[in-house]
Amino acid sequence: MQFSPEVLIVLGPLFAAVIAGLLQRYIGDKVAMTLTTASVGLSLLLSWPIFIDFVWGEGHEQLIELFTFIDVGGFTSTWSVRIDTMSAIMLVVVNTVSFLVHLYSWGYMSEDPHRARFFSYLSFFTFAMLALVTANDFLQLFFGWEGVGVASYLLIGFWYQKRSANDAAIKAFVVNRIGDFGFALGIMACFFFLGTIKFFPSEVGDLALFAGTVDGVEVAGQLERLANQALVLGELTLPAVELVAFLLFIGAMGKSAQFFLHVWLPDAMEGPTPVSALIHAATMVTAGVFMVCRLGELYHMAPLASGFVTIVGGTTALFAATVGLAQNDIKRVVAYSTCSQLGYMFFAAGVGAYNAAMFHLFTHAFFKALLFLGAGSVIHGMHHEQDMRYMGGVRKPMPITWAMMLIGTFALIGFGIPGLGGFAGFYSKDAIIEAAYGSHGIGAQFAFWCGVSAALLTSFYSWRLAFMTFEGKFRGNPDHHDDHAHGHTQEGHEEAMSPAAHHDDHHAHAKPADGSAPAHESPWVMLIPLFVLAAGAIAAGAIFAPYFLGAHAEGFWGHTIPLAHGEHHDFPDWVIWAPLVVTVIGFVFAVLFYLWKPGAAKAMAKGPVWAFLYNKWYFDEIYNFIFVKGARAIGDLFWKVGDQKIIDGLGPDGVTSASRMLSRGLRRVQTGFVFHYSFVMLIAAVAFGAYAIFAGIGGAP
Amino acid sequence: MEISLFHYLIVAAALFTIGVFGIFVNRKNVIIILMSIELVLLSVNINLVAFSAYLQNLEGQIFAMIVLTVAAAEAAVGLAILVTYFRNRGNIAVEDINQMRG
Repeated sequence: MQFSPEVLIVLGPLFAAVIAGLLQRYIGDKVAMTLTTASVGLSLLLSWPIFIDFVWGEGHEQLIELFTFIDVGGFTSTWSVRIDTMSAIMLVVVNTVSFLVHLYSWGYMSEDPHRARFFSYLSFFTFAMLALVTANDFLQLFFGWEGVGVASYLLIGFWYQKRSANDAAIKAFVVNRIGDFGFALGIMACFFFLGTIKFFPSEVGDLALFAGTVDGVEVAGQLERLANQALVLGELTLPAVELVAFLLFIGAMGKSAQFFLHVWLPDAMEGPTPVSALIHAATMVTAGVFMVCRLGELYHMAPLASGFVTIVGGTTALFAATVGLAQNDIKRVVAYSTCSQLGYMFFAAGVGAYNAAMFHLFTHAFFKALLFLGAGSVIHGMHHEQDMRYMGGVRKPMPITWAMMLIGTFALIGFGIPGLGGFAGFYSKDAIIEAAYGSHGIGAQFAFWCGVSAALLTSFYSWRLAFMTFEGKFRGNPDHHDDHAHGHTQEGHEEAMSPAAHHDDHHAHAKPADGSAPAHESPWVMLIPLFVLAAGAIAAGAIFAPYFLGAHAEGFWGHTIPLAHGEHHDFPDWVIWAPLVVTVIGFVFAVLFYLWKPGAAKAMAKGPVWAFLYNKWYFDEIYNFIFVKGARAIGDLFWKVGDQKIIDGLGPDGVTSASRMLSRGLRRVQTGFVFHYSFVMLIAAVAFGAYAIFAGIGGAP
Repeated sequence: MEISLFHYLIVAAALFTIGVFGIFVNRKNVIIILMSIELVLLSVNINLVAFSAYLQNLEGQIFAMIVLTVAAAEAAVGLAILVTYFRNRGNIAVEDINQMRG
């Protein structure tokens, strides 16, 4: 087992999580928090040089094999740390967001009695995610995949006293199981066809993809072998590449909350807000996108599966954006926005623009974490009020949060002038929309239109969120105070921690006369992560676009993903300008509805379309009707008919009732009268005697 | 008319039948059952003695003596049980003796 900084990146958070989790009684909250934050910080410091090396330096790919996990027959699985462009991107994304969330949680969770447990889970999540992104075979990927699932479950249900949080945690876990079932089948199919579960591009040390030479011997690349195989089921012939790609994508659909399996993500907002930022926006939910891009060569060869990816991604992008229009919970709006952005990433991957998908993943991590942490800051400042209908006028008491959220909004809607530049989301989102337009793959045009429409809706709901929260007059909740998980009145505490809060202090609780909200600005430990993420949301696009997408892409990506070679760089002007135009239209509509004529939005909120969107297309109700009720009906059937009637009826109960019937008949024979018994004895004696005589038994003397 | 073995057997069979019917048909009194049993035993004795005379073999008469002894003992035990039963239950009607009823 070699030891190197790369190994420390992955294992450091694990050690911190174990120590903080198991020894929290002995070391106390402060030590546990410091330890976990420091270990993730160390990972962060170690991972940026690797990424910078790939961007501006030579880019040293490494494959560090730690030890063999399983070696049975032809099946081998190795724990490894694989460093290449893909994992370098993910390392900085995961570690940066994770570190900032750790830091932010110092402020956000300062009142929580179980801080050590919280930080331990966060670090464990970081470890699992790092194991996922540095995997070199499917089993380690699956380990990380399930590890982040467990961490997600634990953190959604962190406030376990809340029933809704427990329900949401279980829902997330169960829905993910469906995806994981497909994922596991995909891994098995891969092993079935190839006899190995190593990632395709790295079968042989030098990452030969198709045919290549290893030690002078010609080796057929794995994908070539896979392409020649098929699964034949009677009349049906399933090409192996399509099958494997499709099954693996089912797993990605579950983890990345794509259409049909998205239902868990909005409910996951029951967890603490830093968790939503880290797990349900920036990192875990992007694992599916990461996997599809990691296996880009495979999907490249599977046009049908890619078409499916495109259509599901496009549908999700549009669907989630429409639902986001009508949500009132500030976190749910951002959650549906995440779902929608994941749809963008998937259809980018589906049309073959893996670099655009990864770039959107990269920039999205910054601005979506920023939006979530900003929303968390608002919630924190508003004493755990999450409903935007009861907000308004928050800009004045929370100017820094307002500014940061504004940057996040600009980045999310992808604001930028083509040819001049813009926020981070502009580069990645426009690249995706253009790639969809230029692609000839299945569903690409559908996805293009979905993407453009979703951009319009994204702009509208983002500005709706911003206006409802920060502008106008404070509305307040008529029947409320502090009904949230951990009751939370902390003026003195906040003051001590944050000098910035001081001048707002007189706003607290007393309703200010100027219509601004009775909120307070968050402490510095929560604002600093916002600054860092805001810097990323502004600049990450402009700085890294040439490497992810543009002139330096070839050198940056190397062979890790298949790059579309410059066939479609000349898009019509309207395609290039469409995202900006629809974004501005969305903005204008939001201004009309929520600033200029607030009554219009209220009138609209009474319509059936709004109800349809507010109820998330009735997905929960439909699933409840089909799956929950259906499962219960099947269970009832098996329980009441199968178990009670058939098994019990024919088994124990049947035997007892049969013997009871028999004995009831026999009992009647036993009259208790002596003469009846003796009569039977006589008859029997006569019968035996007669038999003896006529059959000649015993014989005459 | 000479009384032959045949006549003895007829009498014995008649007595046996009366005894058996006395046991089955009687619904009144346990004592009658005991008496009927005695009748059955006696019919057997008649058979034994008759055959003993007919065959010029004393073994039958010895058997008859043994049967008489057993019958006497049985009657004694049976009456003793009857007395005890009467003390406990207050009557000895056959129809009421059905405690073994299932």
